[in-house]
Amino acid sequence: MDDLRTKYLEAIAGAGDESALEDLRLQAVGKKGEVSLKMRELGKMTPEERQVMGPKLNALKDEINSALSAKKSALADAALDERLRTEWLDVTLPSRPRRQGTIHPVSQVTEEVTTIFADMGFAVAEGPQVEDDWYNFDALNIPAEHPTRTEMDTFYMHKAEGDDRPPHVLRTHTSPVQIRAMQEQGAPIRVIAPGRVYRADYDQTHTPMFHQIEGLAIDRDISMANLKWCLEEFCRAFFEVDKVELRFRASHFPFTEPSAEVDLRCSWEGGTLKVGEGDDWMEILGSGMVHPHVLRSGGIDPDQWQGFAFGIGIDRLAMLKYGIPDLRAFFDSDLRWLRHYGFASLDVPSLAGGLSR
Amino acid sequence: MKFTMSWLRDHLDTTASVDEIAETLTDLGLEVEEVINPLDTLKGFTVGFVKEAEKHPDADRLRVCKVETDAGLQQIICGAPNARAGIRVVVAKPGMYVPGIDTTIQVGKIRGIESHGMMCSEREMELSDEHDGIIELPGEPAIGTEFADWLAEHQPEKVDPVIEIAITPNRQDALGIRGIARDLAARGLGTLKPYAVEPVAGSFESPIKVTIADDLKDKACPHFTGRVIRGVKNGPSPAWLQARLKAIGLRPISALVDITNFFTFDQNRPLHVFDADIVKGDLSVRWVDAPTEYEGLDDKTYTVEPGMMGIYDDAGLESIGGCLGGAHTGCTEDTVNVFLESAYWDPVTIAATGRRLKLNSDAKYRFERGVDPEFTLPGLEAATKMILEICGGEASEIVQDGAPVAYDRAYKLDTDRVASLVGMDIPAETQRKTLEDLGFTLKGDVAHPPSWRSDVKGEADLVEEVARIASLTKLEGRPMPRPQAGVPKPVLTVTQQREQAARRTAAALGYNECVTYSFIDEASARLFGGGEDATRLENPISSEMSHMRPALLPGLLQAAARNQARGFADMALFEIGTAFHGGEPGEQHLLLSGLLVGHTGPRDVHGARRPVDVFDVKADAEAVLAAIGAPAKVQILRGAQGWWHPGRHGKICLGPKKVLGVFGELHPKVLQEMDVKGPAMAFTIWPAEVPVKRSTGATRAALQISDLQAVERDFAFVVDADVEALTLVNAAAGADKALIEDVRVFDEFIGGALGEGKKSLAITVRLQPTDQTLTEKDIEAIGAKIVEKVTKATGGTLRS
Repeated sequence: MDDLRTKYLEAIAGAGDESALEDLRLQAVGKKGEVSLKMRELGKMTPEERQVMGPKLNALKDEINSALSAKKSALADAALDERLRTEWLDVTLPSRPRRQGTIHPVSQVTEEVTTIFADMGFAVAEGPQVEDDWYNFDALNIPAEHPTRTEMDTFYMHKAEGDDRPPHVLRTHTSPVQIRAMQEQGAPIRVIAPGRVYRADYDQTHTPMFHQIEGLAIDRDISMANLKWCLEEFCRAFFEVDKVELRFRASHFPFTEPSAEVDLRCSWEGGTLKVGEGDDWMEILGSGMVHPHVLRSGGIDPDQWQGFAFGIGIDRLAMLKYGIPDLRAFFDSDLRWLRHYGFASLDVPSLAGGLSR
Repeated sequence: MKFTMSWLRDHLDTTASVDEIAETLTDLGLEVEEVINPLDTLKGFTVGFVKEAEKHPDADRLRVCKVETDAGLQQIICGAPNARAGIRVVVAKPGMYVPGIDTTIQVGKIRGIESHGMMCSEREMELSDEHDGIIELPGEPAIGTEFADWLAEHQPEKVDPVIEIAITPNRQDALGIRGIARDLAARGLGTLKPYAVEPVAGSFESPIKVTIADDLKDKACPHFTGRVIRGVKNGPSPAWLQARLKAIGLRPISALVDITNFFTFDQNRPLHVFDADIVKGDLSVRWVDAPTEYEGLDDKTYTVEPGMMGIYDDAGLESIGGCLGGAHTGCTEDTVNVFLESAYWDPVTIAATGRRLKLNSDAKYRFERGVDPEFTLPGLEAATKMILEICGGEASEIVQDGAPVAYDRAYKLDTDRVASLVGMDIPAETQRKTLEDLGFTLKGDVAHPPSWRSDVKGEADLVEEVARIASLTKLEGRPMPRPQAGVPKPVLTVTQQREQAARRTAAALGYNECVTYSFIDEASARLFGGGEDATRLENPISSEMSHMRPALLPGLLQAAARNQARGFADMALFEIGTAFHGGEPGEQHLLLSGLLVGHTGPRDVHGARRPVDVFDVKADAEAVLAAIGAPAKVQILRGAQGWWHPGRHGKICLGPKKVLGVFGELHPKVLQEMDVKGPAMAFTIWPAEVPVKRSTGATRAALQISDLQAVERDFAFVVDADVEALTLVNAAAGADKALIEDVRVFDEFIGGALGEGKKSLAITVRLQPTDQTLTEKDIEAIGAKIVEKVTKATGGTLRS
């Protein structure tokens, strides 16, 4: 018995592959294997002998079986190790290319601004870019021959022969949307209106098309002090700082009265803008209390209602916040620029997660 | 508008510094654009005394000077002809910046001899153009005295700070220095000096009379005054006047002209002088009746047209009223008798004239913004007085026609309005005083604006004036609650939400968002169905931007061409924005276009690179449509516009007339015209065309899933090459709508053993039983039905 044990355990330990193991299994514990044959002999034994030999043979069978299975997995492991050794890859090779899309800064900033004002209860209004002369000018208290009209470098649309109306214009500001929104919704009203505007001007700092966002809030008792608070809150949220300081400076816009240019306290140390600190003031927007004439144009009674309006340059906000130097490059679609200044598709501004990353 | 401090002090008694005044002006709404204070640039230049001056041993024109300065005795080499011992000079020490030569002085050797500074001329310090020699100071100023202090004491006009402000169109009054002084005084930065005009009695009857035609008198030219001054001597004007005009950027011309310019800036009262000896007969103001060639004082020729106002004598047109005097009757050095004009011109007519003639003069600029109608006659008197003082002569009696336009208006001053509209608490008395300081007359609580404030047209203007003078800087923000308390509701409309979703999806698909101009050149517009007159700009900035874009693709293709020129061959660009299908307001629509050019990516080790193809843009178009809520089941039709490759494009439709988008390859001819190296694939989506879901809330339909095993079976059919896969798929799916969950094409094989004009399409059909497991027999039955349906629909056969 011990000979049998030694013989098979040694043979199993020395087996080189799975087929050799299988041969050994058949020789030892297969139907006609040595151990199996011995177990058949048990029947011929005396009960006393059987009691001794039975358990021994069973133990031997178990031992051989576990040796076989242990060796089998050892062989499999060795084979796997060998395979893995040959499966070496140069993982420093570049990954499979994947295109990276981007969102344009104008779109991103428009969404940022919308997010902030939506929280203050402002909806988003829209209006046509080819605009009626009345909506762009007269309704906003800019009569014909008003110097503001010539200063605005207006683009005019071609007029068909026999058309007696004043020529349509490309809207020079988003302010006509104020009028359309008031006509459609009446008072009280809170809207912002982002969009493209046009002026015939092209140099280092001007492009014939740029983007503005208009704000309008009309109610029974909205005052210029509310306007200031609104803009302070906006600037604080937009520039993502703890505090901002705004300075209102008297100015003139035909569609507001009183009117104010709004400056933001900032510093320009090392060419980087820091909002809320420093000794510089930067002009960021124009604003004021909506002129009674404008309210009337929008079908709202100025004796009952009052409120404010403001207009901000979106491109300029983007330039200031993200340090983009040249306005003209916004509209050039240079891939290098789009990739450098663009935003990831999932960088959706939110008040909970922050406007920028 | 420029002015100097000393000029301002003619009208304002103030101790305020230049900086205080500049800051206050900006706060008052008269935004300071620039302050030039010579005292700042002259800081550090000090008085020195030349003790010795020897000829330079190696240069005939240079002198080696020993100069006593506040830094001790210094050796300075000087090339000025007047450098000599015994004079007091202005010294720039090493390290100082000399503005006139844009140089910082260094210790250096000039022809071998050290020089420790520089003695300056007036030009080197930008005080004047004087450069004949170095400055020699009269008297005995102490060595080391700041030159700026010496100048301030002895030649104040040379260090007079100049302030330039921007004037908003409403502030006609601030176009005269007196108006600026009035604002500052109202703020409390000094007191406004009295200004009285003393009439000058005429000693003879004016030989030139004036009349205004009746059809101008009511509006265009309501008031015209003038008089002759005879026996004047029109030489150069006095130094003080020349200095002032030069300081604000005007070129002194002659005493008479300079005096009229003085009143233009001092009082916002433009005047004109005619040489009375050249004027033939009397002057009359009337509408120009026929196009007339006219030579202006600016030496330019204009064609003056009907609708403009002319001042005529018997010889013809002599002046474009309110805009520009004529060369023919202009005053010269030889003028002895002069006719002085002071008139009021209608702003609207002047603005129109100026625009039509492309003419910009100081007079036109002021008349179009409005001048004080009450000051027409006083202006004439004040100018007469100055002419007599400077040029001598004798004034005639005044001739005039018409009368000042009525300006009197009155608005109720509601002192509570400042608090309710602006949110500032200003005592009623302060408000009244502010208005009075600005020239308003208060009768009870009714305010009458002064004649020089035609911009004040309502109660809100009174509030504005009060708040402006009180300073809006003091305004404190006050919270504005949300219209409804609590968590705000979403504000975006369906279209706005779609725009954002479409944009972010396109970027997630790897496209770079572009914002291109809304206008484009006519040729490109025509390639995409636009370029008609309705969308043409009347005054484009260039021919590259002449028409409103009919689509987004031309702008994207131009962007692609620019990027290709920069060496980028592969790109994915998109834009979402408006295109214009007409020239009326509202004839615009929102669309999104994506453009793929070149390959899917750079060359790579994985062999993943391949040219972009139609199925790339099809997938992207479908993804964007899915993101904005388009139904998954659509038709793909052909027959889109001519800029698509005729055989390689598809319209994504819900029915033949409801087109949600188009995808495909762009026509090679279009690419060639737009200079883009193709092939190029593109898609366009019309977000507004996607039907709005009739949603009843956020709840989803219940999920139906079966525990029974699904079965997939493959079929291959041989069909004619032009049979569309979708026809086959739809036919197969129709074999058993309940059981067939999905039909997918997984192989297409064209030609080969199949023969010309044939192809094989292989589909896999997924069967999902719902009540019992399918038997082989069931499956065979459905298979036979699929084959039958497909054969019927396509004329194809099951491939054996």
